[in-house]
Amino acid sequence: MAFENLTGRFQMALRRLTGKAKLTENDIDEMMREIRLSLLEADVNYKVVKEFTDKVKELAYGEKILKGLNPGQQVVKIVNDELTKLMGSEASELNLEEDFIVILMVGLQGAGKTTTAGKLANYVKKNNNRKPLLVAADIYRPAAIEQLETVGKQLGIEVFQMGKIEPEKIVKSALEYARKNAFDLVIIDTAGRLHVDNMMMEEIKNIAKITKPQEILLTVDAMTGQDAVNVAETFNEALELTGCILTKLDGDTRGGAALSIRHVTGVPIKFAGTGEKLQEIEVFHPERMASRILGMGDVLSLIEKATEEIDETEAMNMMEKMMSGNFNYNDLLNQMKMIKRMGKFSGILKMLPGMSQMADVDKVDDKQLVYIEAIISSMTKEERKDPELLNRSSSRRNRVAKGSGRSTTEMNRLISMLEKQTKLMRQMAGMNPKSMENMSKNMAQGNFQPKQSRADRRRDKK
Amino acid sequence: MGLFSKLFSNKEKRKKAEKFKIGMMKTRNQSLSSLKDILEKSRTIDEDLFSKLEEIFIMADIGVDTVVEFIENIRNVVKQQKIEKPLDLENIIVDQMFELYLKNEIINTNIRYNKDGLTVILFVGVNGTGKTTSIGKLAYRLKNEGKTVMLAAGDTFRAGAINQLKVFGERTGVEVIAKEAGSDPSSVIFDAIKQAKARNIDVLLIDTAGRLQNKKNLMMELDKINRIIKRETNNETFETYLVIDATTGQNGLSQAQIFSEVTNITGIILTKLDGTAKGGIVLAIRNKLGIPISFVGLGEKLTDLEYFDIEDYIYGLFSDFFE
Repeated sequence: MAFENLTGRFQMALRRLTGKAKLTENDIDEMMREIRLSLLEADVNYKVVKEFTDKVKELAYGEKILKGLNPGQQVVKIVNDELTKLMGSEASELNLEEDFIVILMVGLQGAGKTTTAGKLANYVKKNNNRKPLLVAADIYRPAAIEQLETVGKQLGIEVFQMGKIEPEKIVKSALEYARKNAFDLVIIDTAGRLHVDNMMMEEIKNIAKITKPQEILLTVDAMTGQDAVNVAETFNEALELTGCILTKLDGDTRGGAALSIRHVTGVPIKFAGTGEKLQEIEVFHPERMASRILGMGDVLSLIEKATEEIDETEAMNMMEKMMSGNFNYNDLLNQMKMIKRMGKFSGILKMLPGMSQMADVDKVDDKQLVYIEAIISSMTKEERKDPELLNRSSSRRNRVAKGSGRSTTEMNRLISMLEKQTKLMRQMAGMNPKSMENMSKNMAQGNFQPKQSRADRRRDKK
Repeated sequence: MGLFSKLFSNKEKRKKAEKFKIGMMKTRNQSLSSLKDILEKSRTIDEDLFSKLEEIFIMADIGVDTVVEFIENIRNVVKQQKIEKPLDLENIIVDQMFELYLKNEIINTNIRYNKDGLTVILFVGVNGTGKTTSIGKLAYRLKNEGKTVMLAAGDTFRAGAINQLKVFGERTGVEVIAKEAGSDPSSVIFDAIKQAKARNIDVLLIDTAGRLQNKKNLMMELDKINRIIKRETNNETFETYLVIDATTGQNGLSQAQIFSEVTNITGIILTKLDGTAKGGIVLAIRNKLGIPISFVGLGEKLTDLEYFDIEDYIYGLFSDFFE
């Protein structure tokens, strides 16, 4: 496959290790090679990757791992720990201690500063009970001011602008205006600039000097490649960044740039842009990013999201059902209804472990949900309970397709979807009822392991 | 004297290439020790040297697969020709890079004009790559080449996008067809084609909203736009440019792949090459998907859009050989 993703590769590499009683140096080497490749494919900076794999290797070669009961799991743990360390362990919040806060948005052209400025203003207004003022200080890009004004209008947030005069003057007046009019948080949108453009970097330094911002946030496109390090380093040297915002994370990029930036500059990533709507901004959870890279899915996010919308027991039941590996169309239907309540199908799917392996997760259309519902509704009760019935009989399949008004191709796709899911879950659960229980427990705690080791199973038998 | 020195002995050629060099110079100085340094400091051609080469190319965002293939090719040549001195690798690297891009084809990235009337050029890409700016620059270039040009504000989604295009229209003295924000892009395009035809315009440049390639609905919208253009122009072979930001990493491949599933991408415009990013992902795109690069953006001025030339590009990457 052309675009094997990081999660997939990691899982492959880990699968070879999990279940082994003993690790040889060869195993570790092989695994590190895979990890190295997948990290590079995810756009993690070459040097960061090298450091990372060297460190993990060193730790894995150590006594700890060879003495351990379950070496596979221990390597997983080391990789996970190190990745998490690399990302920074905790979510970093905005510094909002003072009564009057200035946030300066900086970054390259096209990273998404203006949109993010709007999203952030809306976020602090809603969550931190602040009265934000947006300031249009990008006087270079045609229509940048209008863009911010439109965003402000959509959100009901005031935008301060003075047309195309020197940005230094704009921000000065903006702060005066904000203080006079009881705004307690100012977000300054600045022009996109190349980090190697000395004149423009001087300008932003001046703006920072004038406004003395509590937060200087670098907006970075999640799709950025190896150069992310240069950009972040240069901006950090010039401005002493207080954080990063990763934009366009709703794309299919692995976002390895996040790892590199964090590692090289030490600047925390504070928010992630996750969609085109102005509400779509989230606090960035580094440990989840790391676990997603490890192939555990963003299980934590899923569970958190699920508990918001559905009570916990219901969510756990669903999890268990999904993990039990033999659910039928009734379960599928229930699951989908639940998912519908939780939010966009495609978003949820991506968070499930192993699901990213299923082809085309990103292409899942939320409309498909409706179609699938229609198809399942056209099945008899028996068919829903026993998927085998449909597998065996083509006349049944034709009837259901006709009844639901969908094509037989779609019907067949649904069948193979259920099959695939069942198989996948079964693989993950290792066919062991006890381990399933453990897994759903582990998943709730966010430390889900793809497969139980032989050592563990042996212990369980006793 | 390597292949390169021969190539760039032509003065005029060299002058044009200098522009690439200026744009990419920061790249070479900042990111790594130069290729020349590495070759000069190595005593023998060994694994250590190969892994250093690998690092250079991966840092240029060329991508693991393509770099591995590229290094393998170099290894083979080294073996076949029994090359021992690291500095002799210079020619081979440049040579292989040409081959990787050209693939024994003659690449013509000139705009294919419709001889019988209106030529339509569609700009697509993910958010923030520089579609609107590239349109402004291309409009400027085409107008200077004596063409009559019209712009269509097909990005009705992003706040300010329509006005941004209008500003470029004013700056270049080119008419912009637009409707209000939020209207159906297809209808804007339909109108624009009609008006362009009625007024015997040579080239119509169509802006579209940035869209991430995994957003199915937005990609379907692009499909619809395509159908409208084909229907209204009776012309299957209009140009569709995918605009890619030079700072883009491996996701560029996914962009090229999925966009070309929906539209027939005829070329790539590589923007923001004046930063420190090398835009190597386009080499991977060419290698894996066969899509050539048509233009590069080298700065913020209207004049900063150049026809892509692989020689210039490689010169920009390796010009430390020729100083």
